[in-house]
Amino acid sequence: MARMNTAHAVDFAPAGLESVETVEVTADLLIIGGGNAGCFVAVEAAKLQPGITTVILEKADIRRSGACSAGMDAINTYIPKGKTPEDLVRWSRAQVGGGPLREDLALSNAYELNECVDDLERWGLPILRDEEGNASYRGKWDISIHGEQLKPIMAEKALESGADVYNRVVATGLLMHDGHCAGAMGFGVRDGKFYVFRAKATVISTGGAGTLYKSYTADSTDSGAQIWMCPYCVGSGYAMGFRQGAELTSLEQRWVATRSKDFCGPIDTISVGYKSAIINAKGEHVMDRYKHLGGDAAPRYIRANAPMEEWLAGRGPCYCDTTRLSPEKAHDLLVDYLNERPSFVLFLASRGQDVTKEPIEIYGSDPYIVGGHTGSGFWVTMERMTTIPGLFAAGETAGGNPNKFVGGCAAEGKLAARGALAWMKTRSLAPLDAAQIAAEKARVYAPILRRGQDGIQPVAMKERLQRLMDEYAGGTSQYYRTNEERLDYALRHIKMLQSQFAYLTADSLHMLMEAHETMDRVDVAEAVVHHLKARKETRWAGWQTRMDYPERDDVHFDCFIESRRDPETGTITTFTRPYEQLISGDRQKA
Amino acid sequence: MPPIIDPNKCNGCAGRNETFCEEICPGDLMALDATTGKAFLRSARDCWDCMSCVKACPRNALETRIPYQLGYYKASLRPIVGRNTITWKCKDIYGKETTFKFANRIA
Ligand SMILES: Cc1cc2nc3c(=O)[nH]c(=O)nc-3n(C[C@H](O)[C@H](O)[C@H](O)COP(=O)(O)OP(=O)(O)OC[C@H]3O[C@@H](n4cnc5c(N)ncnc54)[C@H](O)[C@@H]3O)c2cc1C
Repeated sequence: MARMNTAHAVDFAPAGLESVETVEVTADLLIIGGGNAGCFVAVEAAKLQPGITTVILEKADIRRSGACSAGMDAINTYIPKGKTPEDLVRWSRAQVGGGPLREDLALSNAYELNECVDDLERWGLPILRDEEGNASYRGKWDISIHGEQLKPIMAEKALESGADVYNRVVATGLLMHDGHCAGAMGFGVRDGKFYVFRAKATVISTGGAGTLYKSYTADSTDSGAQIWMCPYCVGSGYAMGFRQGAELTSLEQRWVATRSKDFCGPIDTISVGYKSAIINAKGEHVMDRYKHLGGDAAPRYIRANAPMEEWLAGRGPCYCDTTRLSPEKAHDLLVDYLNERPSFVLFLASRGQDVTKEPIEIYGSDPYIVGGHTGSGFWVTMERMTTIPGLFAAGETAGGNPNKFVGGCAAEGKLAARGALAWMKTRSLAPLDAAQIAAEKARVYAPILRRGQDGIQPVAMKERLQRLMDEYAGGTSQYYRTNEERLDYALRHIKMLQSQFAYLTADSLHMLMEAHETMDRVDVAEAVVHHLKARKETRWAGWQTRMDYPERDDVHFDCFIESRRDPETGTITTFTRPYEQLISGDRQKA
Repeated sequence: MPPIIDPNKCNGCAGRNETFCEEICPGDLMALDATTGKAFLRSARDCWDCMSCVKACPRNALETRIPYQLGYYKASLRPIVGRNTITWKCKDIYGKETTFKFANRIA
């Protein structure tokens, strides 16, 4: 076991950069973010190359970090008997309205998928099974689990693999050499030290970006983070790669989901798994309006947008009709919640709500950038290498390949580990570049060296960004809609925010982390807005709605939207890449 | 906005380099107040309500409370962490209690 010790945060008040200690760590393989995908990278690397030195760099503690912190109640994708990996890709394709998606990536993931889920079961994850021992399917592809311990289980295996785990170290930037990735830099949020991690190959698995948009439940006092995605995954991985010129794909395909109103609780569980219909204020079945698109089984973005359209048409509020559930089924439902989002059970109790008597109200979530759900993320090769040589991506950070979820992020962790190992064979550690390290160190500590001075609180800039994105870049308050002028407005103000990074102040290490999270959010938001601008059509209403281009335009936009930032000038360019259908069949159907 | 810390139960995990809640919080939100010797929450607005800290506390000193803006006073949900099981006790605002128990690891 190689969990590096952590302790209370030190009182950190450096007089200058010289008094901040720099720690250098070298490894064969560096994993940034020890979440679901990151843990699988470590396990696979140790299995394929015993004796390999692996470092996991993690801002939290890998036992409870990222999306899986609270647990899970399902594995959303597990290929049932009689179905093939190709069938799974067909389903994934239909879920994103026929694509575009990277069918090559999706298929390779699908081939690895079941084995990863079986790994989890061997490691101790309870998977619910019927009398014959078959996994119990909730919908077509998702199986029920008791996943309260899912993250601790994955973390134990990552630790057993021999990886050195640096918890409470926040990655801030990539270490570059000759256009290649040579590791990463960051700071200890407890010890205040500056860390330089040098590695032959680096996998970035920092999860997605929640918190770019204002959540409608964010009141001015205590409720700022009751969102669906992990609010501590703020897109730092995308930001670090983008700043060094890595290509991003499909950021305009934002993920929005129907969730319980006022507290982002799971709804797919009830509407799919417990066959509780979505109804509007008049008691009408909302999805009947979408029969031609699949009705209750319509693609996710249609299901996410449908209740919002009801509100707009004056037929809200909407509900998930749980009143037909038997008491036993309702109990099972609450157990599912306790495995995944336990505080939702507390929320229901706080409303004094018996779900068999009163249906659960639903609403759209705030938008997220999550490549484990939609196609947003780094453009990668089959080896999961980004356009920066030596930098690999897995899970929510890797783009083009939606509907990965727990099993798919694990599978991609394995694939990225193999890609990284193959790359490493021909590489040695890159020499250290003192100027680059000094520049990042100065950037990292600037807000805390400005402590006590007049300036900007990180939280204030975060909230400025969130409201800007909500109102101008298609957030919940705007029913996800936007247009060219609003997006231009958003970009102008994002530039203002970037020009004011220099005034951010931090009084503590925790606040210093907040300052970097905020800067990362702003940089990712800039990319998101460029993507939304570039797709001048409406392909996935709800996920991506252009009021000025309300129709789908296959002639011009049946392709990927890509972006790249010039690391020297900061100029962002967008361009397209063609979609290639590899798996036969009607793209809209599964 | 959670968690609420019961100062009578919290002993700051005396003798440890870190309190259990501070060790586990995915948002780095828990810390030790050196003057009181008790854990405290840095910022209620940033809590995701994942309840990792509540599960980790060996003295049952932490309680997650839904922000009042979202849910009424006062309901409670308490996990009791067993070896391969977890038990949850929930009380709603009308005082109705429900208990849930299930396996969370294959024994
Ligand atoms: C509430 C919720 C419920 C879900 N339910 C299901 C379900 O039932 N079934 C299913 O299949 N899928 C579900 N999903 C989706 C699934 O959990 C995710 O797709 C998947 O776990 C993401 O894995 P990941 O490794 O990409 O990211 P994560 O597991 O989030 O890992 C990212 C890691 O990076 C770390 N990190 C971030 N930034 C930095 C930084 N700057 N420096 C260092 N470390 C950093 C984070 O702390 C975290 O440990 C759910 C997701 C959520 C949020």
